[in-house]
Amino acid sequence: MTGRDTDLVRHSLAMRINHWITAACFILLVLSGLSFFDPVLFWLSGLFGGGQSARALHPWIGVVLLVSYAGMVVQAWRGNLWTRDDVDWIRHMRQVLANREEAAPEVGRYNAGQKAVFWAMALLVPVLFFTGVAIWEAYFASYTTIEQRRVAVLLHSLAAAAAILVWIVHVYAGIWVRGSVRAMTQGSVSRGWAWRHHRKWLRAQTSRDGI
Amino acid sequence: MADLQSQDYVRRSASNLTPPSARNHELEVAKLIDVSRCIGCKACQAACMEWNDLRGEVGTFEGSYDNPSDLDESTWTLMRFTEWKDDKGNLEWLIRKDGCMHCEDPGCLKACPAPGAIVQYANGIVDFISENCIGCGYCVMGCPFDIPRVSPVDRKSYKCTLCSDRVAVGLEPACVKACPTGAIMFGSKKDMTTWAGERVVDLKARGFEQAGLYDPPGVGGTHVMYVLHHADRPSLYAGLPDQPRISPVVAGWKGLFKPLALAGMTLAAVAGFFHWMMVGPNEVQPEDEAKARPPKNAGGSA
Repeated sequence: MTGRDTDLVRHSLAMRINHWITAACFILLVLSGLSFFDPVLFWLSGLFGGGQSARALHPWIGVVLLVSYAGMVVQAWRGNLWTRDDVDWIRHMRQVLANREEAAPEVGRYNAGQKAVFWAMALLVPVLFFTGVAIWEAYFASYTTIEQRRVAVLLHSLAAAAAILVWIVHVYAGIWVRGSVRAMTQGSVSRGWAWRHHRKWLRAQTSRDGI
Repeated sequence: MADLQSQDYVRRSASNLTPPSARNHELEVAKLIDVSRCIGCKACQAACMEWNDLRGEVGTFEGSYDNPSDLDESTWTLMRFTEWKDDKGNLEWLIRKDGCMHCEDPGCLKACPAPGAIVQYANGIVDFISENCIGCGYCVMGCPFDIPRVSPVDRKSYKCTLCSDRVAVGLEPACVKACPTGAIMFGSKKDMTTWAGERVVDLKARGFEQAGLYDPPGVGGTHVMYVLHHADRPSLYAGLPDQPRISPVVAGWKGLFKPLALAGMTLAAVAGFFHWMMVGPNEVQPEDEAKARPPKNAGGSA
């Protein structure tokens, strides 16, 4: 962690490494996946050395993402458990989006939006993995029927589109809420940031530190 | 082959633009397989291997005349043998030459994500252009007849070309040339349909009341057609689909969902941009830092 002495540790180094492996894999999967999805985006396969190599690489990148995201679930599931306050927070979404989040209930380690992103991906990543294995022609074609593969490829593209939407929300939230990216790169946030966005978490941190 | 331009495409996979199609003054062709005249000699299979320089691995006996037991990357046509008993207990040996049907509306082409890996010429032939193939196997999912096979060696998909190279220079497909009984005919689709009509009349006169032409409308008709003695039940012939069509799952995936998903993604990104313009960043204010009471100057917890 880098930053001022008064800063709080937001994410451990292990968590940050895992996050950025997942992020890199996700972006590579989106680029290669979209190239197979629509002809106007087929040129994206050129980033991977052409259609054949994009097709060959895509599932392997998916395997890495499954492992790294599983690691993130292990590291972060507890902080993402859904509580009654989250429902209340969602009700105040309008104020939150208008940068008046003080109107919403105080937030613990993660807010309802972050939790929704976390659990949406926790659902979509396995769906993408298992449907992806079913259509992994090179190794698994003999284990599935053609009809199963048709359904799997449709589910795979539906889940991928959903994951991309969730990802757009996630990335925009990171840009919009200043100081969030630092929490995932350097690992630290200022106390003011914690006060503003995760007040309950700040209180828990300060009482734990015995201050 | 790709260096020899055909310039007579009517369809090209994963392409939104009109493919080169000026040289389109061609008759639609068709191969007519008259199952009632087939003796199962496999000359067509041998001719296909011969012309296309295909030599599959020698397999093992599977308890059937089918040899090899299935289509593969080096078996583009295959005699499939079915022993069937009719209502009166009479045994019929139904022999069907299986292979690409060259659909007017090809499911493989619709499913293919690689531009120009599957094309359809003005004469109706559906051809795989292997250098553009990426080996994803989507054509296998798109095909209503279970025809394409992806090679485990070069990861390219293969199937019958209807001898597009021969047809392009005015020759009939190799299987047609080799057939000793005239069970396989080749010509314009119109002529083949007329000829099939005569065959059907003949078969009906000989007691096959359900004889008919298999030219399934669900895929817009095919450029390989069968004369069947039991046209009311095509599936008797080693599982020939009764009513083939492009699976609605594939059609939905490649049809409605594709533009919808891209529009949704674009919309989400645009919504984010507008939020940024109208609301702007959510920044930590000096008073937040003050209220957070850093330990050095706070002197106690809240």
